[in-house]
Amino acid sequence: MPGLGTSFGRGGATTNLMDLQNSDCIVIQGSNMAEAHPVGFQWVVEATRRGATVIHVDPRFTRTSALADVHVPIRAGSDIAFLGALVNHVLSNDLDFREYVVAYTNAAAIIGEEFRDTEDLAGLFSGYDAESGSYDPESWQYVNAPQAPAAGQRDPAQPGGPHEERHRAARSETAGSGGPAVSAKPERDETLQHPRCVFQILKRHFARYTPEMVEQVCGVAPEQFAKVADALTSNSGRERTSAFCYAVGWTHHSVGVQKIRTASILQTLLGNIGRPGGGIMALRGHASIQGSTDIPTLFNILPGYLPMPHAHEHENLDDYVAGDAGSTGFWGNMRDYAVSLLKSYWGDAATADNDFCFDYLPRLTGNHGTYETVKGQIEGRCKGYFVVGENPTVGSGNGKMQRLGMANLDWLVVRDMQLIESATFWKDGPEIETGELATAEIGTEVFFLPAASHVEKAGSFTQTQRMLQWRDKAVEPPGDCQSELDFYHELGVRIRRKLAGSADEMDRPLLDLVWDYPRDEHGDVDGQAVLREINGTGPDGAALSSYTELKSDGSTACGCWIYCGVYADEVNQARRRKPHWEQDQVAAEWGWVWPANRRILYNRASAAPDGTPWSERKKYVWWDPEAGSWTGADVPDFIADRPPDHVPEDGATGPDALGGQDPFIMQTDGKAWLYVPVGLADGPMPTHYEPAESPVPNPLYPGQQGNPAIENIKTASNPMNPSLSEVFPFVFTSYRLTEHHTAGGMSRTLPYLSELQPEPFCEVSPGLARERGLEHLGWATIVTARTAIEARVLVTDRLRSLRLGDRTIEQVGLPYHWGPNGIVRGDAPNDLVGLALDPNVHIQDKVGTCDIRPGRRPRGPALTAYVADYRRRAGVVDPEEDS
Amino acid sequence: MAPVKAFLGWPLVRQVMGADRLGRGHAAMSERSRGLAPRTTDADEVVDSICPYCAVGCAQKVFVKDGAVTQIEGSPASPISRGRLCPKGSASKQLVTSPTRVTKVRYRRPFGTDWEDLELDTAIDMIADRVIKTRKQFWEWEADGKRTRRTLGIASLGGATLDNEENYLMKKLYTAMGAIQIENQARI
Repeated sequence: MPGLGTSFGRGGATTNLMDLQNSDCIVIQGSNMAEAHPVGFQWVVEATRRGATVIHVDPRFTRTSALADVHVPIRAGSDIAFLGALVNHVLSNDLDFREYVVAYTNAAAIIGEEFRDTEDLAGLFSGYDAESGSYDPESWQYVNAPQAPAAGQRDPAQPGGPHEERHRAARSETAGSGGPAVSAKPERDETLQHPRCVFQILKRHFARYTPEMVEQVCGVAPEQFAKVADALTSNSGRERTSAFCYAVGWTHHSVGVQKIRTASILQTLLGNIGRPGGGIMALRGHASIQGSTDIPTLFNILPGYLPMPHAHEHENLDDYVAGDAGSTGFWGNMRDYAVSLLKSYWGDAATADNDFCFDYLPRLTGNHGTYETVKGQIEGRCKGYFVVGENPTVGSGNGKMQRLGMANLDWLVVRDMQLIESATFWKDGPEIETGELATAEIGTEVFFLPAASHVEKAGSFTQTQRMLQWRDKAVEPPGDCQSELDFYHELGVRIRRKLAGSADEMDRPLLDLVWDYPRDEHGDVDGQAVLREINGTGPDGAALSSYTELKSDGSTACGCWIYCGVYADEVNQARRRKPHWEQDQVAAEWGWVWPANRRILYNRASAAPDGTPWSERKKYVWWDPEAGSWTGADVPDFIADRPPDHVPEDGATGPDALGGQDPFIMQTDGKAWLYVPVGLADGPMPTHYEPAESPVPNPLYPGQQGNPAIENIKTASNPMNPSLSEVFPFVFTSYRLTEHHTAGGMSRTLPYLSELQPEPFCEVSPGLARERGLEHLGWATIVTARTAIEARVLVTDRLRSLRLGDRTIEQVGLPYHWGPNGIVRGDAPNDLVGLALDPNVHIQDKVGTCDIRPGRRPRGPALTAYVADYRRRAGVVDPEEDS
Repeated sequence: MAPVKAFLGWPLVRQVMGADRLGRGHAAMSERSRGLAPRTTDADEVVDSICPYCAVGCAQKVFVKDGAVTQIEGSPASPISRGRLCPKGSASKQLVTSPTRVTKVRYRRPFGTDWEDLELDTAIDMIADRVIKTRKQFWEWEADGKRTRRTLGIASLGGATLDNEENYLMKKLYTAMGAIQIENQARI
């Protein structure tokens, strides 16, 4: 999310699936869209029928490739080198959409003299602290910014220390809606000639990302690179637009955020953001992944991407708001959003006199992400755990770590529809087989509570294009099955009942909580009442229709400001179902999209600076001088009556500071960021680093192999393969099949789907099969420093042996859906994954190195001995001794 | 006359002599198939839903008869999916009716070797007690001299098939509890 958030101001797909049909060129990279999002892929097919060129850049030839004009096989994990070379191609051949770039991006902004690029410092940016392995972004700022980053972003207690950096990293996701704050509008050189302007810095940064380098890093031949570059640049500009689609093939990397950043830079330079047929389509993998970050169950944010307060910075509401609100743009109204949230949490108890109960919020002191938490469980610092509709022992990286953590709890609550592996680890997990754990010695008390299915409860999902769609309830849940809504409501009721009368200050936030929801005739909580609370209400108690109505005086309440409007006019707008044949292509009356039902974000940019459409062919939203307002096919993502020639007064704040040519209204300067002066933990511009485990050196920066700001999880059960190891010479990458879903709890338990894909397998090239003696349909054992798993072998040309200069790279493909439970079973590929995390979002690499051998894996204690032998031969360092 | 009638009733003859020359309609029907009807036609109710798998958000129609789901199909009205479902969405009735679905609470006591039965009401009460106890045991007012008002003793990991309303109540309750290690599939 911060990849898109820091670039454009909101961490959501900038466009929608249906709009892909308007594209002239679609690049699908980091996604096998035809198989993982099959129904969404119909819009790519529609585009090809209209003459669009489709390019698939992916390690494997898949059904997506089969329907593309060009398939470019690429080494897993090398995307930044490929995309960076496209950026270089655009910049060195003057192929950017110059008028768009000058007007709508920070290309003209001038950066301070202290900044040093990776080109100057052999792969590091200025501000790197080797001891803590983290950056101080102070030297990355705009020239006229104060010496310190925006207020509230520094930790006065430990300047420059790891503690501070950790926190800064943890902040990245607050860019989900609203870019990071810079304190002033930057000095600009509209000619883009100043040597320290972003445009020139970017040009120098990517100058060595050439087609020859792409061949050496990615294994992509220069002719193939040229095909992609030509298709993309000839299909961008006034008359034509190109779109990018990506999925977890980009996000699941230790440089995942920067991959998305590179695509953002490219699309911005080509003028493809905010326009029909353009944009970046983030393909989320679960029904409500987007919703789970908008209304987060994430440690570092509150609803609407408000940051969780930090102990060292936010001692009161003033600190909190001063530190995180940009003074200009829509984030400038952060106090309204924060106070309205506190009012929806604590109602009448929240008053101006008590800072609206700001002190009731728990504070962060660093990274409290899931993998840090699991480490805490192993170390005995975290003893109670709720696992809700999730199967971490199969779905998370390094399953063993997950199980060791769970085995060390006091209590575990698992809520699911099936007895998934995370519920039964104590009985039949892999460590029971190897003897590393013994059932009778595991003290964890386990509650398995059966859950209601999607048709047994009413509620909304937010799908991949930020659209909320309401589901009605079809039937009652059977037996003890319950929705999360009912379970958590009931849990809250009981906890509050048990604590009633407590005079302990620590119990006040629970006792003062607004926790009174109407129930239906079955005694179930009315989900629409919760959605209405999320939407927000005004002083008269009526539902609000827009977040611009929110106030900081306590007169409004709103559970998630970016969702304000979903219950406008007291109507559940997410439940709207006007058939598409009764609407135009935008289909504005089906469901509801945040923000404010805008279907293409930043659509002010679909018009030229003067407010007229860039071209008749790509007309979308434009200025109507007679009506004095923006108009067009979509809800304008702009202040409706702000004319294109408006220049804000000096010293204006909040939305008043946005000029008529500032389409990125959530950014403090109203511009798309080619260069991110603040908000990212690993650099203002993307740089190619090798994955944490890689068989090849980094040819771009020989002294800097991996992401210098990478986050390592140091615990005995998370050893890492040394890079360039002959013991682990191959690359593995994992992915989905059409017939299964993620960790399998929702697919390996269904007879139809189990029949369609009955057994785990690995895909290898004929070359690798010959090299290792692997037989088609036989067994193979795949080994990393963590463990070894077995799978059937599929020898196929779909995986190619790649030539990287003078060496050949082989990749092992692993569909990751299986685990030991369910109707169809097998070893869990994620047990192979080592945890080395992106420092912005704390997400792991899904690529790593491995060995592969014919035959089944050893059983029982022989398995641990087998893997230990590999570790010894590869010289793997014990993580706990490596400090 | 009977043999003639039988002869005329042969599918091939009907195909050649009737209007259904391609043999894909009436000509191919037997007595039995003529009497068949889709199980969607006699549904008591058709309910609008959304597929719970990937994030495309295909619209579904859920057919209900006698309080049970009899079929789930794509809804043609959706501008996103236009009636289509993938193999998972098409199989989603089995999410509800899967033979291995568990509908009773299961309980494993510390060091226990097997599951035991437990009443739902008792289970929720026990969980509430454990939350209160662990919260207190790991309560932290301050860290490094700064107010934190939190507990690091309780964590949560949620899937991304939870509804927005569910996530909202979860985050609200956990935050009031002082639990901060609240995470989601969105990070994984």
